[in-house]
Amino acid sequence: MSAVASVPAGVLDVALQSAETAAFRAQDWFAVLRQQGWHAFQSLPMPTRDNEKWRFSDARTLSLDGYAPAPAPTPAQAADLIARSRLISDAAGLIVHVDGHCVLKPTLSAELVAQGVVFESLEDAVRARPALLQEHLLKHPVLLGGDKFAALHRAWLRAGYVLHVPKGVEVKQPFVSVTWTLTDGVAVFPHALIIAGERATADIHDFHLSAKADQRALAISAVDIHAGTGSQVRRLAVQAWGSATQSFQIDNTCGGRDAVISSVNAAVGSRRARLENTVRIDGPGADVSLYGISVASGEQEFDQRTLQVHAAGHAKSDLLFKNALLGKARTIFSGLIKVAPDAQRTDAYQTNRNLLLSPDAEADSLPGLEIEANDVKCSHGATTGQIDPAELFYLRARGIPLAVAQELLAQGFLEEVLAKVGHEEAAAAVREMLRLKFHQA
Amino acid sequence: MSDVTATESLPAPIADTVDNPVSGIDQTAGNFSYKMDYEFDAGTGLSEKTVRYISSVKKEAPWILEFRLNALKQFLAKPMPTHWATKDLENINFDKIRYYLSSGQKPKRTWEEVPDDIKKTFERLGVPEHERKFLAGVEAQFDSEAAYSNIKDIVSKQGVIFVNSTEGLREHPELFRKFFGKVIPTGDNKFSALNSAVFSGGSFIYVPKGVKVAQPLQAYFRINAENFGQFERTLIIADEGAEVTYMEGCTAPKFSTSTLHSAVVELVALKGAKIQYITVQNWSANVFNLVTKRGVAEEDAEVRWIDCNIGSRLTMKYPGVVLRGKRARGEVLSIALANDGQHQDTGAKMIHAADDTTSNIIAKSISVGEGRSTYRGLVHIPKTLANCRNNTECDALLINEHSRTDTYPAISVRGRKNSVQHEASVSKVSAEQIFYMMQRGLSEGEAMSLAVNGFVNDLVKEFPMEYSVELKRLIELQMEGSVG
Repeated sequence: MSAVASVPAGVLDVALQSAETAAFRAQDWFAVLRQQGWHAFQSLPMPTRDNEKWRFSDARTLSLDGYAPAPAPTPAQAADLIARSRLISDAAGLIVHVDGHCVLKPTLSAELVAQGVVFESLEDAVRARPALLQEHLLKHPVLLGGDKFAALHRAWLRAGYVLHVPKGVEVKQPFVSVTWTLTDGVAVFPHALIIAGERATADIHDFHLSAKADQRALAISAVDIHAGTGSQVRRLAVQAWGSATQSFQIDNTCGGRDAVISSVNAAVGSRRARLENTVRIDGPGADVSLYGISVASGEQEFDQRTLQVHAAGHAKSDLLFKNALLGKARTIFSGLIKVAPDAQRTDAYQTNRNLLLSPDAEADSLPGLEIEANDVKCSHGATTGQIDPAELFYLRARGIPLAVAQELLAQGFLEEVLAKVGHEEAAAAVREMLRLKFHQA
Repeated sequence: MSDVTATESLPAPIADTVDNPVSGIDQTAGNFSYKMDYEFDAGTGLSEKTVRYISSVKKEAPWILEFRLNALKQFLAKPMPTHWATKDLENINFDKIRYYLSSGQKPKRTWEEVPDDIKKTFERLGVPEHERKFLAGVEAQFDSEAAYSNIKDIVSKQGVIFVNSTEGLREHPELFRKFFGKVIPTGDNKFSALNSAVFSGGSFIYVPKGVKVAQPLQAYFRINAENFGQFERTLIIADEGAEVTYMEGCTAPKFSTSTLHSAVVELVALKGAKIQYITVQNWSANVFNLVTKRGVAEEDAEVRWIDCNIGSRLTMKYPGVVLRGKRARGEVLSIALANDGQHQDTGAKMIHAADDTTSNIIAKSISVGEGRSTYRGLVHIPKTLANCRNNTECDALLINEHSRTDTYPAISVRGRKNSVQHEASVSKVSAEQIFYMMQRGLSEGEAMSLAVNGFVNDLVKEFPMEYSVELKRLIELQMEGSVG
């Protein structure tokens, strides 16, 4: 890949990386963290296909050349994208990034501020709350094969946000973050650190969007969620980068005793998008739901890797990933449920359903179980198939054209996951993105 | 040949019961060995010399030696597959293994001619008795070579050929050479390469067009020597419209050192043919059992693997079917029982390569004590195909607190109107079930055994009667003392 004129130096440029790190001279711990990231990145090999964690991925075409950080947008560009970011009308707060620069800082209600809720840009938090960040920032291990990309994320860590909902605080409205790419060839590394204290409640909507449909970019995002005892955390993540983007998303969640966690990952964008989603249950009584939904078209590759770790017993996790495939698209679902030796009374489930809407699409499924305790209920299921001809016949017999009938049935297939979003406006926004995919294809 | 008194090992299960109540796998039947003076011994360790020795003893055609030497190179070049498989493989010391031991290459046609110690071995294992009762032909392999091989007249008159690998390649190259090493190429994996370099024994079977062999053919594999590697090679060809059932059993005495068994089994079912291949694997718990098994099913043909793994220290075996002709059908039914110190890493592969092909995999595993059972599966439907279907079900039962199970299927689907479904579940025997049975007067052990037999019952039924009775008994024994 050749470098694009608008990005003079790449993310692989040590001088550039050090120069940016130097800006954090006053926050020594943070500069060190970035340096560690850089060294780790240098020492780690690029993944290859014979690595089990990259099985079925098109690892040969992975390339980090030709991407670079971009300068801040002009005020007019920023204003335009901020306007386009108002997707959720009842947001508790909205933060907007463009090309890795925070262009809109959230304003929280006086009540939330009084309750000690923190929702601010990562850069502000690094300066203002070193203690909180040093305790929680990037503390989760990367277990699903994306170590090198996670290291690069760490090396360039700057953009993103921190959300802290303290003990006992329940926030009903969603915290909304919209991250844009604007410049061709830009590299962005959005980070989200979400900390829910004991019995706290938080709802988060993350949108990853591009200013134009065919945007070329490299996006390596990471999310760390710490869900405290009895907390309730719900998150919607929407990956809708432009169609020439390489996206790597590394999500880590830790749930404490009695925590209720639900996440929906929706994917429509990028040329290739890899999601690594790890959930670790550390306390009994936790209840975790992981949902995934995607419409893949053209030559897109959606690579979904999930890991449900039951480190504590008496807890539940459930996963459902649904993919609809058009054109020459490919989806890979690789999921693993790991039950630790003493995690008795675990309930863990995992389901992957793929709907092939084109003869050239490919769905790969690797549903795995590693169970080291005996008093458990674990199951997984994976199906790949076409639209049921009987259902199609039913609609066509009532005068609905073939293409419309197929689309309706495919949307019906995806609706099961959309219902889990739990926020009508957000679900409608995702539904619309999915619908558009059918019409572009 | 030795006339030294039989050195029978102690009845291990009884002795073990004291320390470990769940190590009761029934090796009483197989846990004995005879001191033998082997006439032919390739020595310890593996080199080009070993391979040349085996080939010259067998008086092989030059192309076979060539084939073996090429395989040895591939074996040495290939890394151990420990990036996905268990690290226990590293405990195999290839330099300490004896690769060829025999007392002659020509199997006897009657039991009277078989040397006493070997005959006694097979009599203790009940082989001649089974042969009389319900088999169409038997081959009994003792270490590297078949000591006995016979096929009933009625079957041989139909043109069925049932010989060992050496004889098959020498006497019937026109039949066997075409498919030998074609279903499983030498370089398929490290252990298929090893087998290709040092193979000896096994069965080469040809069933002519339209011939349906009514009774099963059976091979019995016996390891007698310590530090030994058995590398049998089997090739079964069912010509158009032919049908055959093949059964294999195996045992070995329990030595303190490890033994290696690495077979290659190739099945070819031509148009409309049916092959059923049944295995009851009951190696002793010091055997590394690393086996490659694959069948090709042409148009309207059916290949069915019925695989039961109870013994061995580590088994890695994923019987596969390449569905190459339209409407071909493949099936794997698998039962695995892993006790303390055992790892049953089994599974199935279904490679769809023609339209309208169907495959079915049903795997059930039971982990007892600290046993570990693993299911690995592969289902592949490429984009050029239409109307292919696969169904996979794997169920695991965990008996004790530290029993372990893993499931790693890989499913890849493209094309039109293809559909696959995969389901797996992990559970334990419910307390309610045990309570119900104990309340009606069964002991806890009996109740557990009954529940486990119920879990595998629908698969056990697929085995021939004699085997299914034996299997149930083995499972009962294995379950003894696993609770309470």
